[in-house]
Amino acid sequence: MTQLALVIDLNVCVGCHACVTSCKQWNTSGPAGPMFDDNPFSKDPTGTFFNRVQTYEVGEFPTTETVHFPKSCLHCEDAPCVPVCPTGASHKRAEDGIVLVDYDKCIGCKYCSWACPYGARELDEYQKVMKKCTLCVDRIYDEVLPESERKPACVLACPTSARLFGDVHNPDSEVSVAIREQGGYQLMPEWGTKPANHYLPRRKTRKTIHEDELVRSDNPLKKEDIRHETSKEVTLDDWLM
Amino acid sequence: MHPAFSVIFLTTFIGVGQGLFLALFTLQSYSALELLPVQDSREFFAAGSFLALLFLVAGLGASVFHLGKPSFVITRAWRAASQWRTSWLSREIVFIPAVIALVFLYGLLHYLGWEANLFDVDIAGQLTLVIGTVTTLFVFALFVSTAMIYAAIKFLQEWASPLTVLNYTLLGIASGFTLATAFAAWEAPILVNFFGGWAILFTLAALGTRTASLIRNARIKHKSTLQTAIGVRHSHIEQKAMGMMGGSFNTREYFHGKTAAFLKSVKWIFLVLVFAIPLVLLAIGIGTDSLGLLAGAFVSQYLGLLFERWYFFAQANHPQNLYYQTI
Repeated sequence: MTQLALVIDLNVCVGCHACVTSCKQWNTSGPAGPMFDDNPFSKDPTGTFFNRVQTYEVGEFPTTETVHFPKSCLHCEDAPCVPVCPTGASHKRAEDGIVLVDYDKCIGCKYCSWACPYGARELDEYQKVMKKCTLCVDRIYDEVLPESERKPACVLACPTSARLFGDVHNPDSEVSVAIREQGGYQLMPEWGTKPANHYLPRRKTRKTIHEDELVRSDNPLKKEDIRHETSKEVTLDDWLM
Repeated sequence: MHPAFSVIFLTTFIGVGQGLFLALFTLQSYSALELLPVQDSREFFAAGSFLALLFLVAGLGASVFHLGKPSFVITRAWRAASQWRTSWLSREIVFIPAVIALVFLYGLLHYLGWEANLFDVDIAGQLTLVIGTVTTLFVFALFVSTAMIYAAIKFLQEWASPLTVLNYTLLGIASGFTLATAFAAWEAPILVNFFGGWAILFTLAALGTRTASLIRNARIKHKSTLQTAIGVRHSHIEQKAMGMMGGSFNTREYFHGKTAAFLKSVKWIFLVLVFAIPLVLLAIGIGTDSLGLLAGAFVSQYLGLLFERWYFFAQANHPQNLYYQTI
């Protein structure tokens, strides 16, 4: 069973919103029709987006850390938005685990958006149907594109490679290795939705240096100091070097 | 959550219609057992069923406004019955027309006065009793479906409780019996005590369960926090940007947009209108057989239910709001 997903590295994300704009550009130009935009260049601009980058501050001054947090549909393995849909428009594909909305079946009742704890779904105010991240399903299988470009638009746009894309059910895939080796985690695990998308935490590279690594316990300085008579005894450093 | 008026009218209207049908059928059952005088089939039961139908159809009409576009009624709404295996909303959409059809059949048989001795016993109206029993099962199935739409969303913790199902059922039945009391005062004053007594009992029962849910929700501890939402373990996390400045569906759909004081006043308004005023008017109205007082009891209770439903939606705190705390 394949489960395509994104792995987002919070350690690398700089919050530039390139994934947001490239997502909007690709998906508003696609076969499903434009995603609405009201007042894009005036007061109170609003519109449908599949992907948002949010910013959080962790800690209190002076020990603060800024976390940029991209948020899109997590393509849950046990997606709560799917069984509640009365028309069957909201569905999870068996072949690759992508959660999709059939815009021709959706009646715009918004029940699926209530049933998503992450707020990943947004109603298109013009088409009046529910829209959400498709993992660029119209792109990743497009054989007209060179193979290196058969990835979601957000992944290709990310300047810091903070977004990885692949099959999280294949234990040897790039995403699975990243989750396994770099502490990948899921959002709101308390609801048992089993999100396919994972996040890699902020990580610090630290080296622990003990006191005796700075000051040699057997004081070799004394040994090499030619002003003194040197000992004939063997020091630890003679073995090491 | 942002309360949608289409859903507020839908749930309150069908609640009254279902409750009124149950009141009529309770009366017929009592009459069949010779506990109450038999009422005229056409003037009482057919007219009463017609009244219940009006409320049920009005509810169905209100639900149309919950669709994205009115044209979806013709082009897409039929699909909404297809996912009854998994979706309580789909089940509700199956049961509403079923209840409407059954109440129509029940009223029609009473209107035509058709009789059939199905069970070879000396009881009048066996045909309508059978149809009425089936309708009663569907009415309860509809109450459960309507409430489970909300109670089934486990992370909307204010709703995810058996109390939600009890409240929807008891409030619907109470408002239906209150309307039946007013209807009896107009059509058959001898029945005012019967319906009025049940209306008071159901209103008191609903007061009990609704108060229980208010107490439960006042003490609720939400499982999701900003820490689990973004997965950072720190006691002090503050959102600095939500990713947009002009608002989005996420900022419009999941918050009622009113102050805490407004919310609190709506709570007291519905407690007075749904429970206090109707109980007093019913108690006085039963003694005096006053159509005006009993109709007033129903109007007050129905208006109160609109406030109650608004409060029910507004009080629910969606965990996605954790992601949308500051522009």
